[in-house]
Amino acid sequence: MSIFRRIFRFYYEGFRSMTLGRTLWLIILVKIFIMFGILKFFFFPDALAGFDTEPEKAAHVLDELTAPRR
Amino acid sequence: MIPLNITEIVDWSRAQFALTAMYHWLFVPLTLGLGIICAVMETVYLRKGFPPEWKKTVRFWMRLFGINFAIGVATGLILEFEFGTNWSNYSYFVGDIFGAPLAIEGIVAFFMEATFIAVMFFGWDKVSPRFHLTSTWLVAIGASLSAYWILVANSWMQYPVGMSFNLETARNEMTDFAQVAFSPVAVTKFIHSVSSGLVTAALFVCGISAWYMLRKREAFLAARSLRIGAVTGLIGSLLVAWSGDNSGVQVARIQPMKLAAMEAIYKGQTGAPLTVISLLNPAKRIDNDEPIHYAPVRIDGMLSLLAAHRSDAFVPGIEDLVYGNAAHGILSTRDKMERGEEARTQMARYVEARKTGDTATMRQVQRLFDTRTEEGRQFHDTYFRYLGYGYLDHPEEVIPNIPLTYYSFRVMVGLGVYFILLFAVVLWLGRKPLEGRKFLLRLLVWSIPLGYLAGQAGWIVCEVGRQPWTIQDLLPTGVSVSSLDAASVQTTFFLFAVLFTLLLIAEIRIMLKQIRIGSER
Repeated sequence: MSIFRRIFRFYYEGFRSMTLGRTLWLIILVKIFIMFGILKFFFFPDALAGFDTEPEKAAHVLDELTAPRR
Repeated sequence: MIPLNITEIVDWSRAQFALTAMYHWLFVPLTLGLGIICAVMETVYLRKGFPPEWKKTVRFWMRLFGINFAIGVATGLILEFEFGTNWSNYSYFVGDIFGAPLAIEGIVAFFMEATFIAVMFFGWDKVSPRFHLTSTWLVAIGASLSAYWILVANSWMQYPVGMSFNLETARNEMTDFAQVAFSPVAVTKFIHSVSSGLVTAALFVCGISAWYMLRKREAFLAARSLRIGAVTGLIGSLLVAWSGDNSGVQVARIQPMKLAAMEAIYKGQTGAPLTVISLLNPAKRIDNDEPIHYAPVRIDGMLSLLAAHRSDAFVPGIEDLVYGNAAHGILSTRDKMERGEEARTQMARYVEARKTGDTATMRQVQRLFDTRTEEGRQFHDTYFRYLGYGYLDHPEEVIPNIPLTYYSFRVMVGLGVYFILLFAVVLWLGRKPLEGRKFLLRLLVWSIPLGYLAGQAGWIVCEVGRQPWTIQDLLPTGVSVSSLDAASVQTTFFLFAVLFTLLLIAEIRIMLKQIRIGSER
């Protein structure tokens, strides 16, 4: 059996034989979905995403660093 | 929702980051420590010639390790979301210095951990015992390496070295990778954090083993696990104490205000005493003469000894650090504010020159920020290193929350001493069967949460004690924060509180169920 096939079977049989692991994987997948599908998408936009280029971002940050005290 | 001002945005963003980091640190120490304990147990299993009882024991603890790993994995990613959204000025300012360690953490350490964890769980009876053991050790080492690179990033915020600020890109650029990666603060913090994880896991293992003994169940697993837990716990506790002592010396040198807050010292002293415990006077401020402590218990000269390893050393107090102390060469915060203001003024000149296309002024200012030249190094050492002070309105703003830092430090150290004694007593009495020692067994069960409490208290000292800085002396929180819609910060704070609490409840419920089932699964 080729090495790739053996690795595939190793993972395949491992996942198939899981009991508690299924619950844990479900928790991981739900958590990842909430984090990336909801939190990151709706609540955590990149604050500098409105600037197209690095020099624009740099200019904005430098403005913030040199602006009068907030 | 009412619009918030900048102070409230900073406070909510800090609260959100603290909440996320504190929940994250509920999962991390057990992963760090239990990984090592599982590897030690599996090593014993191999050395003893594969007895089935040992295999059951190892697999039981691995199952609990797996639960904690699965629930905790990726909770740290939210901290990275927060950097980009809430702390965008800070994230941009730190540049690649933060990016490089985090990238190494993600690519090397996490993938190493993730690859071999499959062998650890799926590989029993499918790969050779030695390969399985190697995989278990690699998972434990991978988890620690992950922690190392995160702590490198954190340590740079406490002690920014090996970088130069590029005015054109508004970013700090790494000039010396070794200085950043192997900074003494990072190395000490790594030993302190990993060994504290070992202590947390040892308390977890000892507590569950003690619970089985009280219930007269799992006799083999409980007796062997208790012994291994107590040995690793004692080693971990002593490493925590040793690295904590090193950390104290570093804090005294690099972050003297944090040390002054940890000890609530207002006036500096030669041969300064250590206050073991006291009640702080809540009315005490830097500008009044109220007493600081009620009923203090002190050890003369001890603080100087801990801070500088000399009992006659001078330890500056909050007043020395705010108002200066010429006799001991301490600049006042007002002086630092003027220097920071000069650095800011030069940056503003550059910004203005760039807008008007005045290239001569741009080049002139750029030379000041170029640390490869003598002029640049002088400007850096005299002005730029105090940049953060240029954003302060009052010198007193450099004082962190004294009561929180002071009491958290005592909780951490007090529990650290208790852990050393507890593990030593378990090992001493454990020369004979412990089943009859009900009080000690109950104490072990109730000590499980104390490891977590000590870890949380330690991070509070570390992070609250260095306020108002996100990057020590260079950037205060007020400038680091993004211009945000404040309502979203409040919303996500409560969303995280709910999400993490649900994860914690899931972890505890699944863990308890597996502990009740035991090793006979």
